[in-house]
Amino acid sequence: MPLLKGGVVAVDRWQCAANGETLPADGPVIVPFVRWRAERETLIGRNAPVGVRLTNTDPVADLAPDLDRLELIVLEFPKFTDGRAYSQARLLRERYGYRGELRAAGNVLRDQLLFMQRCGFDAFELTQGQPVQAWVAATNEFTVFYQPAGDGRNSAMQLRRAAILAN
Amino acid sequence: MIKNKNLTGPQSVTANRLADGVVVFLTADSQWSPRVSDSAVAQDAATAAALMAIAGKAAADRIVVAPYLFEVGVEGVVVRPLSARESIRAKGPTVEEREPASLG
Amino acid sequence: MYVYDGYDQTFLEERVAQFRDQVRRRLAGDLSEDEFKPLRLTNGLYLQLHAYMLRVAIPYGTLSAAQLRQLAHVARRYDKGFGHFTTRQNIQYHWMKLEQVPDALADLARVQMHGLQTSGNCIRNVTADHWAGVAADEIEDPRVYCEIVRQWSTLHPEFSFLPRKFKIAITGSPNDRAAVRVHDIGLRMHRNAEGEVGFEVMVGGGLGRTPIIARTIRDFLPKRHLLSYLEAILRVYNQLGRRDNIYKARIKILVHELGVAKMAEMVEAEWRSLKDGPLALPAEEIARIQAHFTPPVYPDSPVFTPEFDALRLSDAGFRRWLKVNVAPHRQLGYAIVTLSLKPEGGVPGDMTADQMDAVAALADRHSFGEVRVTHTQNLVLPHVRRADLPALWRGLSELGLATANIGQVTDIIACPGLDYCALANARSIPVAQRITQRFSDLARVHDIGELKIKISGCINACGHHHVGHIGILGVDKGGEEFYQITLGGSEDQNASLGAIVGPAVPNEVIVDAVQTVIETYLSLRRPQERFLDTYRRVGMAPFKERLYAAA
Ligand code: SF4
Repeated sequence: MPLLKGGVVAVDRWQCAANGETLPADGPVIVPFVRWRAERETLIGRNAPVGVRLTNTDPVADLAPDLDRLELIVLEFPKFTDGRAYSQARLLRERYGYRGELRAAGNVLRDQLLFMQRCGFDAFELTQGQPVQAWVAATNEFTVFYQPAGDGRNSAMQLRRAAILAN
Repeated sequence: MIKNKNLTGPQSVTANRLADGVVVFLTADSQWSPRVSDSAVAQDAATAAALMAIAGKAAADRIVVAPYLFEVGVEGVVVRPLSARESIRAKGPTVEEREPASLG
Repeated sequence: MYVYDGYDQTFLEERVAQFRDQVRRRLAGDLSEDEFKPLRLTNGLYLQLHAYMLRVAIPYGTLSAAQLRQLAHVARRYDKGFGHFTTRQNIQYHWMKLEQVPDALADLARVQMHGLQTSGNCIRNVTADHWAGVAADEIEDPRVYCEIVRQWSTLHPEFSFLPRKFKIAITGSPNDRAAVRVHDIGLRMHRNAEGEVGFEVMVGGGLGRTPIIARTIRDFLPKRHLLSYLEAILRVYNQLGRRDNIYKARIKILVHELGVAKMAEMVEAEWRSLKDGPLALPAEEIARIQAHFTPPVYPDSPVFTPEFDALRLSDAGFRRWLKVNVAPHRQLGYAIVTLSLKPEGGVPGDMTADQMDAVAALADRHSFGEVRVTHTQNLVLPHVRRADLPALWRGLSELGLATANIGQVTDIIACPGLDYCALANARSIPVAQRITQRFSDLARVHDIGELKIKISGCINACGHHHVGHIGILGVDKGGEEFYQITLGGSEDQNASLGAIVGPAVPNEVIVDAVQTVIETYLSLRRPQERFLDTYRRVGMAPFKERLYAAA
């Protein structure tokens, strides 16, 4: 599954270790949220980067104290019509100040990419076999945005106010 | 919604043409006709499934969208939908489409 | 009216281009119908019973004459020469071709119109009192806040895939003409003890399968916090609203399951983290939007003129029209005029392209180029000189738009029903047509007085039957059309849900049944007593008795 990051297809250096699977001896590893909770000390002690994969019902607030220990958080879109991960992403970025990689997994489609990016996702596990340019183009379809969100883009209201204040 | 009920008896397949939305019916020679009277009629479940397979391929080929089976009555060569819903779909709205202004 | 600036126009053009590309990809096979469906829905495009249907937003029901002309153009060029105004202050075109929709949207974008968020599980087109800005009882023009909400909700990245659709309505008057209590969020403007204007926030109202009147979660919300509070509500809903069952996915079910106190607590907790962030509304931003809604400068105009007086004395038809289609304006010498889209035998809410053009011309001549759409499927000319009323009445009569029946028995709300809607169980429009034919005598109609009949073709309740004084719901009995009657519903500030009278009746007798209900009322009413008040006084029993006596 290609990983889109920063507008290019990136090498995915992460391995996954589901609940009950043995942890790889070294290298970056992604574990489910419950496993992170249960084996937090072990995972921190491994001396390799740790990522956590959340389901849509896992409480992101619980990760808040550990966010600077995590290099990757994966949020899931079980169906592209299920929008819970958008809220999780914004909370992680805007409320708890998470700065690491925020990856969208699951039913990630081109026409939702911009929404995801706006909510703070910066990496995408792609499911449709389309040229990477098409994916990148999807995030450039708009230049005007009406809300402040997790991507730091200015909203139309903010730009209007800045223009008024500049005069 | 009638279209999801378990169907019994003779059935035909309807859909909308993808590009312009026109209501169409699957014919015996695997074409799509705007006239319900041209519909192929399946008398049993196996034939109905076969018609739906043809329709599914037409949907995949982007000729039609959202095909489904509906119940019909057959009298001689005349095929007509049984439910109120499907007969309105086949014939068009029962209200005059444009009310003349003089009605006020 | 709000006029787009460069940001708004650029955005809308980008949106049209995006959808054009999505349609192209669909026709080319790059998008499946399952993938395409949510994309077309958020652009207002449905696949209906007969064809594609395009729903165009009329934000808070306000239109310019130029926009109305463009709606006429779209009706002619891309549809069959007419459009249908809905209970959500939108217009629908029933006969669109997918391949032409991008062009239609490009034409609409030229007059700052679109189909954005008129469907799909997102925040829908925000609605308001159709008399906003001109009503005598208004505290503040709600459209200012509707516009602010419109912008904030437009392609909101977090809330474009909610558990279910989400409707917000705002009223600026104590007399609620926007039915805010039957919306997912209802906002009612009022003054607090310090004299400051803000919002009462109600959540979890709605009709459909489980009709519920909204509950108040905050008595007073300062304007500054409008968006942060909405964002807090939506965030709670987006995370916790049910996604396992489409019939339980609206926020009303969440409010019901959590309890209103818990819901309020969660919203408040979320809001505390948001309220002083970038969503806080600076007073200058409110003022900037407000400036767009400044009322026109009204030249002095007499309350009575000789022509007006003479016509009023001589013509009973004009008198009747004045009585129910003309309402007081806040400006002396002016009036608010409702155009009836409910002629005898007509399709409620339908209008031909020619009528639209003619009304646009009348709006230019008599109403500062402004038109409103009501949730009762009528149009309004909001600023008419009283001196012009005779001329306007004649003009509207020629167009078939002067039926003197606003708020009366024949001013029926009817959803498209089985004639057009893929979800319907039974037809709505023909029932409305037959009722208007049965009650064609206007003297009799006026004797019956205020009476709101609302018809839905299925439990989705687009025709608002739950809040009709008489509600009619189409049901399917073995492939045949039956109708269930409810009585006593109301959508105003004293909102109530109608109660079911008894078993559904077949299509052939529904109009007789309505007549029986009305005759029962006439036999029971006290002088000046409206249908709803009689019903509330005497209860269901006498109606039920008469209705099922024969059976
Ligand atoms: S109430 Fe039902 S029949 Fe009527 S428009 Fe809505 S979904 Fe269609």
